[in-house]
Amino acid sequence: MNKTAKTNSHTKDSTLSHSRKLTKSHHEKGFVERIGDIVEKGDSKSFRKVYNTVAIILACIIIGCMIYTVSFLPSFGDPTNPANNEVSRKYIEEGIKDTAAINFVAGMILDYRAFDTLGESTVLFIAASTVIILLFKKKTKQEENQEVLEEEKYEDKHDLILRHGALLVVPAILMFGIYIVLNGHLSPGGGFSGGAIIGAGLILYNLAFGDKSTKKFFNFTTYKVIIILALSFYAISKTYSFYTGANHIESIIPKGIPGNILSSGLILPLNICVGIVVACTMFGFYSLFDREEI
Amino acid sequence: MIYVQYLLVVFLLLCAISVCLTNNLLISLIIFTAYSLVMSVVWLFLESPDLAITEAAVGAGVTSILFFITLKKVGKMSEKEDSNDE
Repeated sequence: MNKTAKTNSHTKDSTLSHSRKLTKSHHEKGFVERIGDIVEKGDSKSFRKVYNTVAIILACIIIGCMIYTVSFLPSFGDPTNPANNEVSRKYIEEGIKDTAAINFVAGMILDYRAFDTLGESTVLFIAASTVIILLFKKKTKQEENQEVLEEEKYEDKHDLILRHGALLVVPAILMFGIYIVLNGHLSPGGGFSGGAIIGAGLILYNLAFGDKSTKKFFNFTTYKVIIILALSFYAISKTYSFYTGANHIESIIPKGIPGNILSSGLILPLNICVGIVVACTMFGFYSLFDREEI
Repeated sequence: MIYVQYLLVVFLLLCAISVCLTNNLLISLIIFTAYSLVMSVVWLFLESPDLAITEAAVGAGVTSILFFITLKKVGKMSEKEDSNDE
């Protein structure tokens, strides 16, 4: 029955467009109208054919350009590559002395180039804010009550296998993420990777155990407070280190012995800040996409 | 070991092509997730474990979940709904 109704409307549509076509001949139409006609007739076979051929030709041209450019690049791992110049030599030779971080990459992005990383975290924050502006829905009391009722109905219906699997896996994922964040200055990884893993773990927890149990420790207020505290701590501490560095004042933050977990000055707390921002943003994206709130 | 890398790269290419040639959105999404997983192994071979971790968490985890939610919202999760819309 539904189908017949749909076909009816379809024929009506086609007769309408047919009659409109009769009223104006091809030459009387403006450019926009002609394009509208082409889009309308988009399902016609000849248009499909032309569209596919043009798309394939364009894709081939772009792929050819890319491969042609790649042929100019120096070979991978060659010691005479332009990247192996005095800049990277300076970082490799004096990196540990300057930053006390075993992981050069962490020393680079959170000490030498910490200003860039602040920009990156801010970009993430702005992206999350934009998603909040676009998708966040303020709910009335009635809707909220209804949602609570629905939640109670579904509470026992979360998939049993998913719940028991998550019970095993989620603590391991969260521990691994925290490990990566805390060891950012000693081993590969750091704030961004660890934060992404923590965010993925939180998402899995939410999928398995539902909204209500996540809300117990993570709601919109915690989200706001945590993210703003992390970003402002980052900005303030980095302002201090830029101030002392630019004026050649001895910084009061101890560097520590390279290799210890409590070493390399500001890198550890900054890693934690970046990790918090990234984890909150990931979970916030998921939560906003799924049910338009955090 | 180099042959394993060749195998992975060939698999990446196959995944990348089949993502755009598959008609079913759900299947192409799952292939996309497989692409990300293999890409993270390739990062390991290129000696950048930090990128491998990030690729596995963001590419295979968070991005695909966001895509799945979007599919659910626009109602293209199953073949049946897909044919109903037309």
